[in-house]
Amino acid sequence: MPHDHHDHDHAHALLPPDPALRVRALETLLTRKGLIDPGALDEIIDTYQNRIGPKNGAMVVARAWADPGFRAALLQDATPVVADLGFFGRQGEHIVAVENTEDVHNMVVCTLCSCYPWPLLGIPPGWYKSDAYRARAVREPRAVLADFGVTLPETTRVRVWDSTAEVRYLVIPRRPVGTEGLGVEDLAALVTRDSMIGTGLAREPGA
Amino acid sequence: MTRVHDMGGRFGDGPVDPGQPDDPVYAQDWHARALAVTLATGALGQWNLDMSRHARESLAPRDYVDFSYYEKWISAVADLLVSTGVLTEADLRGEGDDSRHPLADRALKAEAVAATLARGGPADRPMTAPPAYRPGDRVRAQRPAANRLVDGGHTRLPAYAAGATGRILCCHGAHVLPDSNAHRLGEAPEPLYTVVFSAAELWAHPENPEDEITLDLWQSYLEPA
Repeated sequence: MPHDHHDHDHAHALLPPDPALRVRALETLLTRKGLIDPGALDEIIDTYQNRIGPKNGAMVVARAWADPGFRAALLQDATPVVADLGFFGRQGEHIVAVENTEDVHNMVVCTLCSCYPWPLLGIPPGWYKSDAYRARAVREPRAVLADFGVTLPETTRVRVWDSTAEVRYLVIPRRPVGTEGLGVEDLAALVTRDSMIGTGLAREPGA
Repeated sequence: MTRVHDMGGRFGDGPVDPGQPDDPVYAQDWHARALAVTLATGALGQWNLDMSRHARESLAPRDYVDFSYYEKWISAVADLLVSTGVLTEADLRGEGDDSRHPLADRALKAEAVAATLARGGPADRPMTAPPAYRPGDRVRAQRPAANRLVDGGHTRLPAYAAGATGRILCCHGAHVLPDSNAHRLGEAPEPLYTVVFSAAELWAHPENPEDEITLDLWQSYLEPA
């Protein structure tokens, strides 16, 4: 959508106002000067579209549910534990895993921007980056959870993690009942993206 | 003092739209291009992560509100490219030349993308002194929530926590201080702590006074309470 450009102190106002055209103009200019390789752009896009996403985090959660030793190590110091599974790098340099229980429900936000554990969950969904989520998650997490259809008992304490530094948080949701016989792959299929941010719960088997 | 990006606790934004589980990773093709251009230009090494956050926060408040997410990103990249001297205003106007840029040798190549993303940019640094606080210590976040080195500069202390008293949960070792690094004043690493605040300490009408909010705060943001 075009904007009415009143802002003459910022260089970006010299580019076309329509955002899609603005990106195109900058990409074209940088490519002509040899500052970006369009092939590298395609590679970045493909990485977060097809290779790095919530399946990574779901595998970590499923392992934590299935293996008490892995769970203990993960809660102690998650960064090397998830690195051993191949999950590390940009926006996941320092990982902390926090576990939901009957007594405490963890939920993650970045009120100042959009910090998110990319190697485990990929690129954040639109709602995570929205003003409404950023503004409200810290002040009224239970009302935000209601927007997601989640209601917690008053006896469960909500702890909201505002990601203000380079530490990235992974929520380990509660393991659904009736999953005792399931293997890691089947368990991972129950772990939703939102359950690892804390705005959802893991799926019940067969749900 | 504050900027429009510092919106934690704000009223009036309405419901959160959770979307659908099968929503595409990129809602529009240009979102994907904007993300990729941002990462690829960052790889030129002319600015750091704190500078790029500060560039987004330095958009005019009206633009920050009006722009969509990736519109902020691409506009901040354009501003950084000019402020760091990589491009000129004439370039952005389409009046520059297309000759090979002196930094072209640094351009991120397709075959280097995986390694570059895997390397990331760790923010931890060696501790040069013991941390001032231990788990369980009571601390107060400084007030106002403002950069002490640069007036109107970048900081990562949200305004809603300024002056509030909390408890140290843990220390993450020393991390690069954004307030300094965003302004090319050096990394100035400091101990970084997770600090827990009671909802009743932060909000006049907490949903449940037992609820808690944690923030990751640098040592210079804190004083003993």
